[in-house]
Amino acid sequence: MSDRPAATRVHDFAEVDQGLTAEEAIAEAARCLQCKKPLCVGGCPVCIDIPAFIAEVAEGNFAEAARLVKEQNMLPAICGRVCPQETQCEGVCILGKKETPIRIGALERFVADWERESGATLPEVAAPTGRRVAVVGSGPAGITAAADLARAGHAVTVYESLHEAGGVLTYGIPSFRMPKDVVKAEIEQVVRMGAEIKKNYLVGRSLPAEELLAYDAVFLATGAGLPSFMGIPGENLPGVYSANEFLTRVNLMHAEKFPAFDTPVKHAARVAVIGGGNVAMDAARVARRLGAKVFLIYRRREEDMPARLAEVHHAKEEGIEFLTCTNPVGIIGDAAVTGLECVKMSMCSLDASGRPSPEPETGSEFTLDVDMVIQAIGTSPNPLLVSLIPGLERGRKGNVVVDEDGRTSIPHVFAGGDIATGAATVIEAMGSAKKAAAGINRMLREA
Amino acid sequence: MTRLYTINTATEIADKIFEFWIDAPQVARNARAGQFLILRIDEKGERVPLTISAVDGDAVRVVFMAVGKTTEHLATLQAGDTLADVVGPLGKPSEIREYGTCCLVGGGAGIACTPIIARELKAAGNHVIGIIGSRNADLLILEDEMREVCDELFITTDDGSKGFHGYAADVLKRELDHRTIDAVWIIGPAIMMKVTSAATLPYGVKTFVSLNPIMVDGTGMCGSCRVTVGGETKFACVDGPEFDAHQVDFAELMQRQRIYTDQEKLAAEKFAEHVCRCGEGGHCHE
Repeated sequence: MSDRPAATRVHDFAEVDQGLTAEEAIAEAARCLQCKKPLCVGGCPVCIDIPAFIAEVAEGNFAEAARLVKEQNMLPAICGRVCPQETQCEGVCILGKKETPIRIGALERFVADWERESGATLPEVAAPTGRRVAVVGSGPAGITAAADLARAGHAVTVYESLHEAGGVLTYGIPSFRMPKDVVKAEIEQVVRMGAEIKKNYLVGRSLPAEELLAYDAVFLATGAGLPSFMGIPGENLPGVYSANEFLTRVNLMHAEKFPAFDTPVKHAARVAVIGGGNVAMDAARVARRLGAKVFLIYRRREEDMPARLAEVHHAKEEGIEFLTCTNPVGIIGDAAVTGLECVKMSMCSLDASGRPSPEPETGSEFTLDVDMVIQAIGTSPNPLLVSLIPGLERGRKGNVVVDEDGRTSIPHVFAGGDIATGAATVIEAMGSAKKAAAGINRMLREA
Repeated sequence: MTRLYTINTATEIADKIFEFWIDAPQVARNARAGQFLILRIDEKGERVPLTISAVDGDAVRVVFMAVGKTTEHLATLQAGDTLADVVGPLGKPSEIREYGTCCLVGGGAGIACTPIIARELKAAGNHVIGIIGSRNADLLILEDEMREVCDELFITTDDGSKGFHGYAADVLKRELDHRTIDAVWIIGPAIMMKVTSAATLPYGVKTFVSLNPIMVDGTGMCGSCRVTVGGETKFACVDGPEFDAHQVDFAELMQRQRIYTDQEKLAAEKFAEHVCRCGEGGHCHE
C-alpha cells in the first residue's frame, strides 16, 4: 500500500491512498491471531465477521472474503476508505497492544475493490413479500437500509432530492478520498438487488407526506444537511462558504473543471478553513487543490481534533498550515473577504466531552490575511422534511426521536443516520440504518 | 443518463425573454404559487432556480431572460428537447389568504411570477390589482394573461411607449394614496424590488418580495442563498423565497448575487464563441 506523493497529488483529485496489492493483503491478513473472542467485531458498528473474512484473505479466497463482508455491509469499498478504524475495529485489535493492529480497513477495502474489478456477485434476495417500503435519502443510511430491505424481499423505493445518489458520499467527501465510481458501483449493487432510486424528488414537496405515509413502511435518512455558521460578523460576505457549499460545488457539480462544467467556485490565494473534523480536512485539501495556501483554524489542540488520523496526516503532508488553539471572532472585508480576525485560546479544565474547554487569551488577537473563509464547524439535522410530516416527534436539536429499533412517533415510520443521531460518521449511520431495517422487517413480518 | 423532462413548448415571448412549458409531473402536481424549481440542462450543467410561473396538468411553465451562459444555452433548446433534471416544487408557497385588496407588482421577466399568485389570491376572495412594468412596450410580457386574472391592471414603461410613463413604484404610490391596499407582492430584479418596496413602507402595507439569490441544492443544505431578513440569516431556498420586503437587506442580496460575475462573464464569452464556431446553437455543448 502507498499514498501518492503529496507534491503530485495536490494538483489533481485522484485517490491518494492506492490500497493494498494482493500480496500485501495476504501478508497483512496472515498476521491476524484469529482470536477466539474477537474484540474487533464488537468494535464494528455493523458487526462484520472480521476474523472470518481475514482468514479467507490470508488463504487468497478473495471472493469468499467479499461474500462474508457483504453479509453485514453492502458498502465495503466505502467503509474501508472512510471509517475511523483507529477508534473502532483496529482500535481494539489485540495486536495493537504490543505492535501495530491488523489493518482491517485496508483489508476490507482490498476485498471490495478486488470484487468490484472481477465482477461482483449479489447476495441472495428473498422472494417478494408484496410489501412496499419508502426510503427517504440515498446517503449511507438510506442505501444500507435499502439493501437490507430489498434482500428481505420488499419492494423498496429510495427518494433522493439531488440529481445524483449517495448523499454525503457524493456531495461531501472529495474524490481523492472517495472516488465517485466506487460510490456509484456500490449503489448500483443495491439497485441490482431490486431497490429503485428516484432522483430529483424532495419528499414533502415533490412527493406529498400523505403519499409517503401510504407505504407499508417508511425509513427516513435525510441526514444532517443543515450547515452551522459561527454567528460572527462578516459571515455573509462574498468569499465565505459553508463547507457543504464549497464541497458540493466541487464534488457534485465539478466546479474545479469550470468552465467545462457550468458551476463556478471562487479560487482564492489564501484560504482559512475553520474546524477540526473530517469535513474541515476535506475542505482544506480541496482548497489546496484549487491552488490556495490553506490555514486550518481550530480552537482546541491538534490531539483534540475529531478528524481521522489519516486525514490530519494527509492534510499536513499536503502543506495545510494548522493554527490550533485559535478561534475566529470576525471576518473582515468590504466587497469581499480580506482577513480573519482570530484570538488565541488557552486550554482549561475538561468539559463534558472530555476535551479541554478553550478560553480566549486577552490581548492575543491577530488578523490572518485571507481572501476566502470556509466554515466546517458542523451540521445539524435538515429540518425541512421533518417539518413537512405532521405528527413526527422531534428532539431539541431538531433530530427525529427514535426508539432502539429506530421507530419514530409514527408507528410505521422509522429513521436512522444523522437525522436521528445528529451528525456522526458514515459507519454509525449505517449501523443505525441496519437496526431500523431489522425493525421494519420484524414489523412487516408480524403485520 | 436517461432524460426524462421534455420541453413541450419553447417560445421567445419578447426580446431575449423565453417561455418554456416543461413536462415534470412531480413538480406540476404539487406546485403552489410562489414556489420554484431547479433545473439542469445536461451532465455538465449548473443547477438553476426558476420560479414556477404556471401549471397545466403534468407541465410547468418557467420564464427566463437569456443573460448568461446557462440561460443563453437554455434559450437554444426547442420543443421536444429534454432537460437532464428538474426538481421541485421548492420553497414555501406564497402566504395566500383573504387580505381584502391585494396588489401584484411585476417588473421585467419578474412579471411571469405574478399571474399564478394573482389566481390564488382571487380564489381566496381578494380584489386583485396588477401593475406590470418593463423598459418598453416590446419587452412587456403576459399582459393578456394578467388582464384576464386581475380585477384591474396598470401598465408602466420606462420610456412611455405603453401605459404610464415611469416606474411601477410610481403607479403603486398613486394607488396607495387614494385607496386601501392590504397586501403587496413585488417581483422583479433586486434593485426594482428594493426601490418599489421602499414605496410601500410609509403606508405600512404588508409587502412581499420573491428573492433570487444564487443557489446550489435548493433544499437548505449549502447555505449559498443566505440572506439577512430582520437581522437574521435565512436560507431563501427553504425559509423563502418570499420574505417581508421591509426586513430584507437588499444591499447584501445584490452583493451576493455578484459573487461569480467574473466567472459568469468568462462562461458566457466561451459559450458565444462556441456557438459561432460549431453552428450547433450550443447543442453539442462541450
